[in-house]
Amino acid sequence: MTTPTAVALEDAKVAFRLGDGRVYTAVEKAHLAVAQGEFVAIVGPTGCGKSTLLNVAAGLLKPAAGTVKIFDRPLAGLNRDAGYLFQADALFPWKSALDNVAIGLEIKGAPRAEALPRALKWLTSVGLGAFANRYPHMLSGGQRKRVALAQVLIRDPKILLMDEPFGPLDAQTRQVMGNLLLDLWNADRKAVLFVTHDLEEAIALADRVVIMSAGPSSRIIGNWRVMLPRPRDIFEVRLDKEFHALHREIWSVLKDEVMKGYAQSTQAAEAV
Amino acid sequence: MSRVTLLALQVLVAVVCLALWQLLSTVPVFGKILLPPFFFSNPVDVFSQIVKWFSSGVIWKHLGITLVESLLAFVIGSAGGVLVGFWFARQPLVAAVFDPYVKMVNALPRVVLAPIFALWLGLGIWSKVALGVTLVFFIVFFNVYQGVKEVSRTVLDNGRMLGMSERQLMRHVYWPSALSWMFSSLHTSVGFAVVGAVVGEYLGSAAGLGYLIQQAEGIFDVAGVFAGMFVLSAFVILIDFGVTLVERRLLVWRPTVDGRG
Repeated sequence: MTTPTAVALEDAKVAFRLGDGRVYTAVEKAHLAVAQGEFVAIVGPTGCGKSTLLNVAAGLLKPAAGTVKIFDRPLAGLNRDAGYLFQADALFPWKSALDNVAIGLEIKGAPRAEALPRALKWLTSVGLGAFANRYPHMLSGGQRKRVALAQVLIRDPKILLMDEPFGPLDAQTRQVMGNLLLDLWNADRKAVLFVTHDLEEAIALADRVVIMSAGPSSRIIGNWRVMLPRPRDIFEVRLDKEFHALHREIWSVLKDEVMKGYAQSTQAAEAV
Repeated sequence: MSRVTLLALQVLVAVVCLALWQLLSTVPVFGKILLPPFFFSNPVDVFSQIVKWFSSGVIWKHLGITLVESLLAFVIGSAGGVLVGFWFARQPLVAAVFDPYVKMVNALPRVVLAPIFALWLGLGIWSKVALGVTLVFFIVFFNVYQGVKEVSRTVLDNGRMLGMSERQLMRHVYWPSALSWMFSSLHTSVGFAVVGAVVGEYLGSAAGLGYLIQQAEGIFDVAGVFAGMFVLSAFVILIDFGVTLVERRLLVWRPTVDGRG
């Protein structure tokens, strides 16, 4: 083995106890490995448990069965090697953009005088140098995501976990953010586990695309390597012939699962 | 509407009300005075009473005492509310055990406690402070409790993933969240601190605005009662203005409804 595995889920099963005592199995027998420096995207229909899987890798959720290994060591408690980018707004609303970024260092014990200039540097690198003193509510959704990205990256985590981070943004902002993410990632190539429901986004960003089946008890049902050359530009890569071929191939598998997931969610709604 | 017109209209309301009051209490309508001076006094008498208080300087002592009582009630009640609110929110078992008692005490009309406090603490300022504290405490307590319990799950998870310890979570997440809830109730709790002080004074004391009003009432000096009410209102408005200033300074990070942020 040349490169160590950053994140390894082995036969991971995630189950929740429902209010009425029944047990709901979200994910079954998930087998997933992210190598160091690899960008892996997980795609699946709504409610398939892809975010759940990410929370397991983060240590926010404990698997009901199976093991989670981070750099070949079993994970106990929270994953200290990982930075997590949330789908919802997770900035501290009572801190300015600058303080929100600096807190990542201050937690580790860095003095404020040292943390602030570095935070400003990070804010500048995500294009928000001029917005340091704004509070989150004064920023747009895209700007808040940039701050959140800087907040996570300033700690220099070895692994990046991203839960549909650009989901709430509009289509254009998403592409701009995707390019920003690729630029930042290119600098030091961390291991990335990126959850999304957008297949195009997944192919454009990732080295490998993993497909999950519709829930409950969803499984990983497919694994495609994306051979598109790097560095990539998200706007241009979508015009690539190879991109289209791969998209068609993966979509033929994903489509059935999306329809299944849709059918289940509507049936469940009718049953209620 | 411009600020000037608004202000003009606001002043107009006061002028019309005062003029009507003055007219109806002095000029007979169909041979009858509608507002008998014995029950309603009139604005001129009330105003001259206020001027007399301020020019002779007696009012300052009473204002000062009411202010001190209100401030003490506010500070002690808030401190207690914050501490207990935090404690209950972080220890669900404690909260569950005390829940019925908290509800019981909060349901009690606080005025009935005034005689007990007067008995325990005497007629000085502390019995009034105690009454104010029982009012302020519960407002702050419920808000802080809510604030700590309703910290956004995502923000909390984010703090954890960024590597915060329990103490750091307390300082950077729970504490600011609880404070913001407490400040959102600042106007109410400051108002109740004043209510506690004045009601306490009214029920038994030797100084303060409540005492002044009670004394005037005792000798059927209606002008004095109204004068006391007006001074009290002005006092509360001034305090409320101060609170607004403090709030604006401390809650800059919060979006405002009217888009001032």
